[in-house]
Amino acid sequence: MAGYWELFRTFAKVGVMTFGGGYAMLPILQREVVENKGWATDGELADYFAVGQCTPGVIAVNTATFIGYKERGVSGGIVATLGLVAPSFVIISVLAGLITNFSDLEVVRKAFAGIRVCVCVLIFNAVCRLWKDAVTGKRSLAIFLAAAGLAAGTSLSPTWFVLAAGALGVLLELPGGRERGKSK
Amino acid sequence: MIFLRLFWEFFKTGLFAVGGGLATLPFLSRMAADTGWFTQGQLADMVAVSESTPGPIGINMATYVGYTAGGIPGALIATLGLVTPSIAVILVIAVFLKNFQDNRYVRSVFGCLRPASTGLIAASGLSVAASALLSTQTGGVNGKAVVLAAVLLLLTRVFPRTKKWHPIVWIGCSAAAGILFFSA
Repeated sequence: MAGYWELFRTFAKVGVMTFGGGYAMLPILQREVVENKGWATDGELADYFAVGQCTPGVIAVNTATFIGYKERGVSGGIVATLGLVAPSFVIISVLAGLITNFSDLEVVRKAFAGIRVCVCVLIFNAVCRLWKDAVTGKRSLAIFLAAAGLAAGTSLSPTWFVLAAGALGVLLELPGGRERGKSK
Repeated sequence: MIFLRLFWEFFKTGLFAVGGGLATLPFLSRMAADTGWFTQGQLADMVAVSESTPGPIGINMATYVGYTAGGIPGALIATLGLVTPSIAVILVIAVFLKNFQDNRYVRSVFGCLRPASTGLIAASGLSVAASALLSTQTGGVNGKAVVLAAVLLLLTRVFPRTKKWHPIVWIGCSAAAGILFFSA
């Protein structure tokens, strides 16, 4: 079982190494939480991201709360979340106090153009890893393609995708749905 | 009094902004108009800074707005306000999942959620790729970015010696490559 300090430190590390939104955090979480600490599996991370899509709040916080709870109960969930937000808090407070035109600096803009390229490669790698756990047959492949295609082609909120996939999961388990669902 | 108000405004944002990342933006825009703590122009600066510093964007935004409105204590209170609803909702779901993880409906729902969640992440990777690999000025393909992406793909997926390196190494190298080779 992980100690509180270990939870706080690990999530502070994740917070400091994440550039961008929740998805950019996924490759870092896979390395720190799945590989280094063994606190969750790739499949569980996919679950947490799915739940985070349709519950209130920042996805990164939702994921930290889930893993913290799993390791140390309610207080673990709170400690992991505080760890995650601590670096943001320090960095932004310093920046907001010092320079307001930080993102106008040419060197910062160029660095982030490079980082964006890296983040999209890292997300691609992360998806390849999740794929093994998530796409196990024709039905899950169809769900993957439908979600990816619709999300890329429309501006529908991700919440609807998650709710629809969840409803499908219930329907397939209803009496009579078993046979159709067997090809999983 | 401003601290109570800050906590309440960000608590509401955390409760109603579903989906993470820039989902908080419309709420903050509304907050600027209602409270006068910051202008729409400042909000645009905050988005740029939040996207170009480590940490989840939603948290960075809350810290920045809180700092602008009430200094360091304001930053702390706004951030805590934003994460409180997430922590509460996720803890309830985590307790539920722990007790019902072997329920066949719950298993079936997650069987459908994993591929959907993976598809959503793939789609967001695509949109990051579009912003990273296409040139903003000409609308054409940014050759240097494509070369960087290809090199990163080789190093993170093909070469056994470098495959296991920590993602932050690649983020650091990409920032350096951006500064050295990209045009602003």
